[in-house]
Amino acid sequence: MFNLMTMNMPTIPLAKWINAFVNWLTQFNGFFNAITNFIGAIVNAFQWFFDLLPVWLFIVLVLGLTYWALRKSKHWGLMAFELIGMLLIYNQGYWRDMTQTLTLVLTSSLIIVVIGIPLGIWMAKSHTVNLILKPILDFMQTMPAFVYLIPAVALFGIGMVPGVIASVIFALPPVVRMTNLGIKQVPEDLIEASDSFGSTDWQKLIKVQLPLAKTTLMSGVNQGMMLTLSMVVIASMIGAMGLGSQVYFAVGRNDAGSGFAAGISIVILAIILDRITQAFNKSKRDNIK
Amino acid sequence: MSTKINVNNLTKIFGRHAGRAKEMLRDGKSKAEILEKTGSTVGVNKANFTVNDNEIFVIMGLSGSGKSTLIRMLNRLIEPTDGEILLDGKNITDLDKKELREIRRKKLSMVFQNFALFPNRTILENTAYGLEIQGVDKQSREEKAHESLELVGLHGYDNRFPDQLSGGMQQRVGLARALANDPEILLMDEAFSALDPLNRKEMQDELLDLQAHLHKTIIFISHDLNEALRIGDRIMIMRDGNIVQTGKPEDILQNPKNEYVEKFIEDVDRTKILTASRVMIRPNAVNIEKDGPRSILRQMRSNEISSAYVVDSNHNFKGLVDADNINKLIEKGERDITSVIKTDVPTIHPDTPINDFLNQISTSPVPFAVVDKDNRLLGIIIRSSILEAISGNEVQNNV
Repeated sequence: MFNLMTMNMPTIPLAKWINAFVNWLTQFNGFFNAITNFIGAIVNAFQWFFDLLPVWLFIVLVLGLTYWALRKSKHWGLMAFELIGMLLIYNQGYWRDMTQTLTLVLTSSLIIVVIGIPLGIWMAKSHTVNLILKPILDFMQTMPAFVYLIPAVALFGIGMVPGVIASVIFALPPVVRMTNLGIKQVPEDLIEASDSFGSTDWQKLIKVQLPLAKTTLMSGVNQGMMLTLSMVVIASMIGAMGLGSQVYFAVGRNDAGSGFAAGISIVILAIILDRITQAFNKSKRDNIK
Repeated sequence: MSTKINVNNLTKIFGRHAGRAKEMLRDGKSKAEILEKTGSTVGVNKANFTVNDNEIFVIMGLSGSGKSTLIRMLNRLIEPTDGEILLDGKNITDLDKKELREIRRKKLSMVFQNFALFPNRTILENTAYGLEIQGVDKQSREEKAHESLELVGLHGYDNRFPDQLSGGMQQRVGLARALANDPEILLMDEAFSALDPLNRKEMQDELLDLQAHLHKTIIFISHDLNEALRIGDRIMIMRDGNIVQTGKPEDILQNPKNEYVEKFIEDVDRTKILTASRVMIRPNAVNIEKDGPRSILRQMRSNEISSAYVVDSNHNFKGLVDADNINKLIEKGERDITSVIKTDVPTIHPDTPINDFLNQISTSPVPFAVVDKDNRLLGIIIRSSILEAISGNEVQNNV
């Protein structure tokens, strides 16, 4: 019965429309080239910096950063893990791949923070924006990440940049959502107090809402960063080099050993990034306690 | 006493069809009818009142009476639907955003029920908040904040965080934060309601002490009648968004406007509120300079009393004479009554609450004389008039 019904109905040409839309978008290649160049410049800057650093200095910097971020509660165990983990990555010959992946993650994270936090604030302030953005965010987050690769290639070519774009689309929603949530969670009487003393909207945001939303907001950033890491293998399919591409090549060669070796390197990088960003999330208040 | 705030027809309607609801309200429709027809709730219904300079004006009411809405309209945390608020003759409801901020920064400060301290800021930073957003430099704003904290009796907590302080201390910070701006008006929204009874009483005393030398205009919201009677110079009672009665504490106690107010004041300990001047009665006074023993005795007989209060021509209180002694004077043929005046008569100031002299008067053989600070006799207090006042009746022969 159902079969009969669908057979008689013409197929809606959804795929055709979307192709037409993507084709239409390509005429703005000046705009997309500008974005490509801009993101490419960030990527190159990060990569240039990491290539400049000798391995030992890189390790020392990471350990120093961890030590400083967790200065109130010494985590020698974590620092030992970081040291061993990074030496292992070096030992496996994945060092440059690791820095490439780190570049991809840091560039994407930078962009999601710069875009996501203002969007989240705007969402918290305006009911209309909230209504419009909510379904878009749902769409961005639930659409299989593979799908983004196709238009990304059409518009941004291949390499690191479309990888960054796809990662940003996938990892942006939690940052926006958590910023929105964090600001909405600020107790009403604190907002009233801030208003009653004659704060401007900007002062209220900077002095009350953002500081109080900081914990929630930072966990959004942390989540976003972890999501970009989960994109590295997918991004490698369109030419984003790094640990992800090592995994991707291992799949092609049916080589479980090097697949896992590169995968473990990703895990090590993820744990280091996660712990350090979480450490920054501790407020000065927690440090005093 | 000059008027500080003048509120005319101030109305707040919550809901979508506020415009239509406003029309209906103007046409004299009831709140229930408006709710049914438009789905809008009338929060405050055409409030009219004035607040005088340097007084503590308490707005009283149970929850849902509209008192919190009303106080928030005064600094426009809630936008009024209708009506005007004249602060020093200037209509606040007309101000644009910038002018409103200026008023909030300089003239009105608010203290909140649950303190509303910023948890991420130290006590000093919390107190300095109002000055910080005005762009006062760090050193002078912290100096001022520190002074303000000292004023409310918080020493040595400057660098603590709010959650390290007890409720009473936190509200002191809230008060200090409001005072740091040196506002003309303090809006206190159930400021002491979240405190335990002992702390609450202490804070009430503290507020009265502060007010004695700061002379702010304080608008205080409360649902606790005893608190209102204790600190209020005047009290306004609200119910369901309407003002029921406004007046001095004693007026409200003595002349409740309707049954609602009567019920409200039922449980009040009147002895703490009613003062000597409220229960004193007109004395039978004789003038030492005019009246001789015979005329005094005649007056006593015609009034059926056995003693009389003696004053001079300026109504200065001299003492008490009784009939026996006057009789003796007449037998001796003396004209001057000075020798028989008893001067050890208990006297009391007219503003003393009954509670403060209830013990003494219950054992005193003679009525108390109420004299003002210039020793002029204003009235006397007899036990029966106290009983009348406590039971809520009008005192007979009240001066």
